[in-house]
Amino acid sequence: MLEINAVSRSFGDFVALNKVSLHIQAGEFFTLLGPSGCGKTTLLRMIAGFDQADSGQILLDGKSLCALPPEKRPIHTVFQSYALFPHMTVAENIAFPLRMAKMNKTEIAHRVTEVLNDVRLPDKASHYPDALSGGQKQRIAIARALVNRPRLLLLDEPLSALDAKLREQMQIELINLQKDVGITFVYVTHDQGEALALSHRIAVMNKGEISQIDEPSVLYSCPDNRFVADFIGQCNILDATVVGGDEHKVNITIAGLGEISATANPEINFKPGDNCALTLRPEKIRLAATLEADSDEVLFSGKVHDMLYLGDVTVYIIELANGVLIEAMLANDAPGRTRLFDTGDAVQIAWRINAGHLVP
Amino acid sequence: MANNRPSKALFSAGFLVYLFLYIPLAVVVIFSFNDSKLNAEWVGFTWKWYEKLIHNEDILRAAGNSLIIAVISAVIATVLGTLAGLAMHRGRQKWLPALVLGPIAMPDILIGVSLLLMFILLNVSLGAVSIILAHVSFCIGFVALAVQSRLAGMDQSLIEAARDLGASPWQSFRLISLPLLTPGIIAGAMMAFTLSIDDFVITFFTAGVGSSTLPLEIYSMVKIAVTPEVNAVSTLLMLVTLTLITLLSKISPTVLRQ
Amino acid sequence: MPATWFHKPVQTLMNRAERLRNNLMALPPGLYLLLFFAVPSLMMLFASFRYPGEYGGLAPWYYMEDGQFSLDFTLENWLRLFESGIYLGLLFKSLGYALLTTLICTLMAYPLALMIARSQKRFRDLLLLLVILPFWSNFLVRIYAWMIIFSPQGALTIGLNHVTTALGLEPISLMFSSTAVVTCLVYVHLPFMILPLYANLEKHDSRLLDAAQDLGANRFQCFWLITWPQSLPGIYAGAILVFIPSLGIFAIPDLLGGTNGIMIGNVIKQQFVESRDWPFGSVLSLVLTGITLLLVLLAAKLGKTGGANNGK
Repeated sequence: MLEINAVSRSFGDFVALNKVSLHIQAGEFFTLLGPSGCGKTTLLRMIAGFDQADSGQILLDGKSLCALPPEKRPIHTVFQSYALFPHMTVAENIAFPLRMAKMNKTEIAHRVTEVLNDVRLPDKASHYPDALSGGQKQRIAIARALVNRPRLLLLDEPLSALDAKLREQMQIELINLQKDVGITFVYVTHDQGEALALSHRIAVMNKGEISQIDEPSVLYSCPDNRFVADFIGQCNILDATVVGGDEHKVNITIAGLGEISATANPEINFKPGDNCALTLRPEKIRLAATLEADSDEVLFSGKVHDMLYLGDVTVYIIELANGVLIEAMLANDAPGRTRLFDTGDAVQIAWRINAGHLVP
Repeated sequence: MANNRPSKALFSAGFLVYLFLYIPLAVVVIFSFNDSKLNAEWVGFTWKWYEKLIHNEDILRAAGNSLIIAVISAVIATVLGTLAGLAMHRGRQKWLPALVLGPIAMPDILIGVSLLLMFILLNVSLGAVSIILAHVSFCIGFVALAVQSRLAGMDQSLIEAARDLGASPWQSFRLISLPLLTPGIIAGAMMAFTLSIDDFVITFFTAGVGSSTLPLEIYSMVKIAVTPEVNAVSTLLMLVTLTLITLLSKISPTVLRQ
Repeated sequence: MPATWFHKPVQTLMNRAERLRNNLMALPPGLYLLLFFAVPSLMMLFASFRYPGEYGGLAPWYYMEDGQFSLDFTLENWLRLFESGIYLGLLFKSLGYALLTTLICTLMAYPLALMIARSQKRFRDLLLLLVILPFWSNFLVRIYAWMIIFSPQGALTIGLNHVTTALGLEPISLMFSSTAVVTCLVYVHLPFMILPLYANLEKHDSRLLDAAQDLGANRFQCFWLITWPQSLPGIYAGAILVFIPSLGIFAIPDLLGGTNGIMIGNVIKQQFVESRDWPFGSVLSLVLTGITLLLVLLAAKLGKTGGANNGK
């Protein structure tokens, strides 16, 4: 439905977007995820019409948006600061897009009441935005952007101003809302947890380019590159060299650990001698005082170098025989006060070959 | 949090400065009710200086002139200053701030004499018109600053939100920017009015012989002799400004709406 | 996200129509000020190189002789400024008065601004209003008030002279003295120092003082090492706002200064109104303009570095 073709944009020497292309499906909850300065907001602003691409094209339903000013695009934005008009009541704020669309007064009143009921704030109609709490402002901003049914809703870090508890609640509301209205959402955030929780698909951006577009679970378990592996969740990233392998697994050597096997994305054709990295999620590592390795597992011995007790889990930093540090995570799921190991304890770790994922 | 509260010494020092600010004005007010030609000793209470004032046609005419000049100057300066403030906020014309802020930065006397020079050389007759022209030129900057600071404090995304929700540039200006700017514009207009009605120096040079304003009238009275009549005018003037300020602070909360 | 991105692209959003609209907006005030600020200033610059007219005003800037057109400009007016020590002396005296005024204003404004900044939030607006209120009364009224206070029949002069006679000294006169001029200059310009200083002090983070105290600084050290350096931008701003108008003032010395207390502004007024020597009046005005411009540029520079030091 929304097609972005080779869009580039620079501000002076700074390249904000470099030939970015992506395709968003109708009805999708799509997230642009990346650190500050990765270009996600610039891209969002271009879709909204506040910025122009230096080159490339943005198409909505096959038609170019380039010549259209923001007010002519069937696209609405929920701003990070909410941008509720302070001199208008909540009802007037929500009525604004309808007024601009020259809808008649009775119809406007009807729609406003309806939407206020939808966001469960029917008694706030005559309040001014300043009298609302953060969460209420948020709901009104969304209601205002959705009231005249845009083709596309853009959300620019809409939850960043809310506290953690409220944010979680709003995340659930957003998911349900998107399901109910069936409008395509494009969501911008730097919070990977939020992106994973909300989205159908995520585009991870870095330095003006797209690193990977995939469903959340694919992004997490099969990252395409080091940046994605590192940016999303905790990850051990070990430099390695390819020595051989077949279509099911790749054999690699890691300095200090010797030769082991791992899986890789079949599209990436690793050849012996290639430099690569093994990415390994801490929670996919088994950890015990002594372990017996299965045939499809690799096993190493080491000792606990450091540990971080986080309540539900404990992160152990294990030093292997030759100084390699590996992070492993154990759930504290035993009853009572669990304390499995102490710093300095000798332990063994193991992981399945297919738990380790190779990236270039 | 002891650091966050003024100490006793600081408090007394501050109090003394307040005394310094208010004693002179109190002296003026008190002696305006004194039944003596000399502003020296308290003799007794009287209204006679005020009565004399009401019958002083020169003063009344000058006050009328001042009012008319101030209203006209304020209206023109508000329109031009608002435009200047808007243009300066966009920052496209690099030369504009120098022109707008120049008259504020320069000592009054320089504005006064240079305008006098030009008016005479161009054969503009000095009078109410030349005074208004002069007043507008230094009031524009104050209005522009008031508008600009209001704009600077405005969330830019409000305008973008309006455009995003379907407003044309003109609609977003009329429905969003302008209402949000109104307090700034009103403040600027009030400022222009007060500056104009209060101005002595620039008026002194651009007034010519025929027309007089209240400050000019006070100046010539004071130049000749210190009389309690001047105290009476001054007291009344203070009363007027005080009412004006109270009025504005009463109005502004409803205007502000923010 | 870099906040600037969010504001900058408004410019990229501006298409040609918007740019045109913006130019149209700048045009009326721009033209007006060109005509009534820039042009008169330029005319004054020209006038400073012309001969004075026989009956005041200016002589023509060209003359025709045997059908020959000749320009008639001169440097005489500028030379006169340097030849006669009177005017330079007066200029330095005025600079001295303005500097003294600025210093006294700083000394008086600081405790008050600090007191307001450290008062409870709900009182601050009122306290600030009390500073601004006298400033809204007419300029001449404020001078007039001091004419009453300093008058020879006034209680202050009489009281002081009781003391001087008791000490066996000559009786003093406050009216028509430089003391009167500087006092009134301070009185009239004090709010210009208080307001920017308050605006600066109000932004200070009181936790910095708590931290300094916690790290062993006493009250004086807290002030001298924490508050004072941070308040410098406020002082610079206030100093400019006090110094420039004080330098150009003529009404105060005119009414309170007598012959001893006159300043450069009085001479300028004299050249334009009484002796009607416009070229020389223009020279003096331009010197004042030059000093003002220099100070404004200096302030802009100080403001920049001061702002950077302030960290915010």
